[in-house]
Amino acid sequence: MSKVRVLVGTHKGAFVLSSDGKRKNWDVKGPFFGGWEMYHLKGSPADPNRLYASQTSGWFGQLIQRSNDGGETWEPVGNKFAYDGVPGTHQWYDGTPHPWEFKRVWHLEPSLTDPDTVYAGVEDAALFRSTDGGQSWQELSGLRQHGTGPRWQPGAGGMCLHTILLDPTNPSRIYIAISAAGAFRTDDAGATWRPINQGLHSQHIPDPDAEVGHCVHHITMHSSRPEVLFMQKHWDVMRSDNAGDTWQEVSGNLPTDFGFAIDVHAHEPETLYVVPIKSDSEHYPIDGKLRVYRSRTGGNEWEPLTKGLPQRDCYVNVLRDAMSVDSLDECGVYFGTTGGQVYCSADAGDNWAPIARDLPAVFSVEVQTLP
Amino acid sequence: MTPRLVRIELPAHLRTLAGVGHEVTLQVEGTITQRSVVDALEARYPMLCGTIRDQATQQRRPFLRFFACEQDLSHEPPDAPLPDAVAAGTEPLIILGAIAGG
Repeated sequence: MSKVRVLVGTHKGAFVLSSDGKRKNWDVKGPFFGGWEMYHLKGSPADPNRLYASQTSGWFGQLIQRSNDGGETWEPVGNKFAYDGVPGTHQWYDGTPHPWEFKRVWHLEPSLTDPDTVYAGVEDAALFRSTDGGQSWQELSGLRQHGTGPRWQPGAGGMCLHTILLDPTNPSRIYIAISAAGAFRTDDAGATWRPINQGLHSQHIPDPDAEVGHCVHHITMHSSRPEVLFMQKHWDVMRSDNAGDTWQEVSGNLPTDFGFAIDVHAHEPETLYVVPIKSDSEHYPIDGKLRVYRSRTGGNEWEPLTKGLPQRDCYVNVLRDAMSVDSLDECGVYFGTTGGQVYCSADAGDNWAPIARDLPAVFSVEVQTLP
Repeated sequence: MTPRLVRIELPAHLRTLAGVGHEVTLQVEGTITQRSVVDALEARYPMLCGTIRDQATQQRRPFLRFFACEQDLSHEPPDAPLPDAVAAGTEPLIILGAIAGG
């Protein structure tokens, strides 16, 4: 019988949650790296027991941890993230030039085919790659140096590269997203990049339709249709049917289109999930009701999913990397909150139950579907 | 110059990371300075690279301090000799995390 393993990164350590295919009874292991900020953990699609984790601290800097046994044991690997050449400057909050400075790793994306190859999205925004299991890291500097870099500016959370999507049908194509620069695509395995923000409209920048400067919160795709992208922008849920060349808004009847997390059903490429958050000045759900919204039409038409979720006095947030799906026959949907709850729906969102209620604030949730 | 045995106290998270106790004793070559001690520490425990000094600048991380003999040596030059008692191994170099939280 299939199993699922949920990798949870929190403000004060990592947790590994395991269950069988029923997803009723859970084994909770952790905290691993107690006291450290665990921004993201992710397993290799090519070897599910190979896990990578970003461990960071305001005191001690950045570490990368690797497991070869599904999270039972871990070892620190390379943590030297050196920008390629003279890093130059980006814009600071006040518009003045500010030198690029490495701060932390937000997201780790293992290769789809090679357990030893993994990408890291970092703050200040850059993309790194390791081909030796995380021992050494090289910047794919064509992204930072392609021309618009000096115009990038941090969002409130820092200038982070937080989203990395690998095209399963084209190893040369990678999508990334940066707050608050926008989305970018390479079609030559990272040598050259171009902004893919046409159609985004952002009122918080002087030119709302600018080539760069958009606060993209997260992007997702379905592996069967990698040219179709779905984006949760700061405000607006967006869709692209041409690999990001152009975008259309699909917020439709959402009660608010601000939010962070977005994901796609494992077997239905037009079924999407978002968690609407009231506003960028109030990072909690509307009316104290925690509601996931599902669209079965690729956007525009959304339905609230509430069964098993708190419908009063709930003022948590769901961060950009804190939602994931499994690929069991009946797709499971998972998300974690800044209140320390991790919720699971074993029936595509119709019913929800907490796996854990009292973890530290959840930064990231990634699910592995295991044989 | 004969290598000296230097005692170093580490903050809790770094002890866990390196798998050591409250204090480690290391053989350090040459003049006993912040740089030579941390170099020796990182050579013996490579998982600590980058946790005490920034990887790119080799500067002390801002929320860490170097104490010894009841003095804050954090702003001393990294190549300045540490107190004789540290070099003699009678006092430890204390690497301390700043208190923060709430």
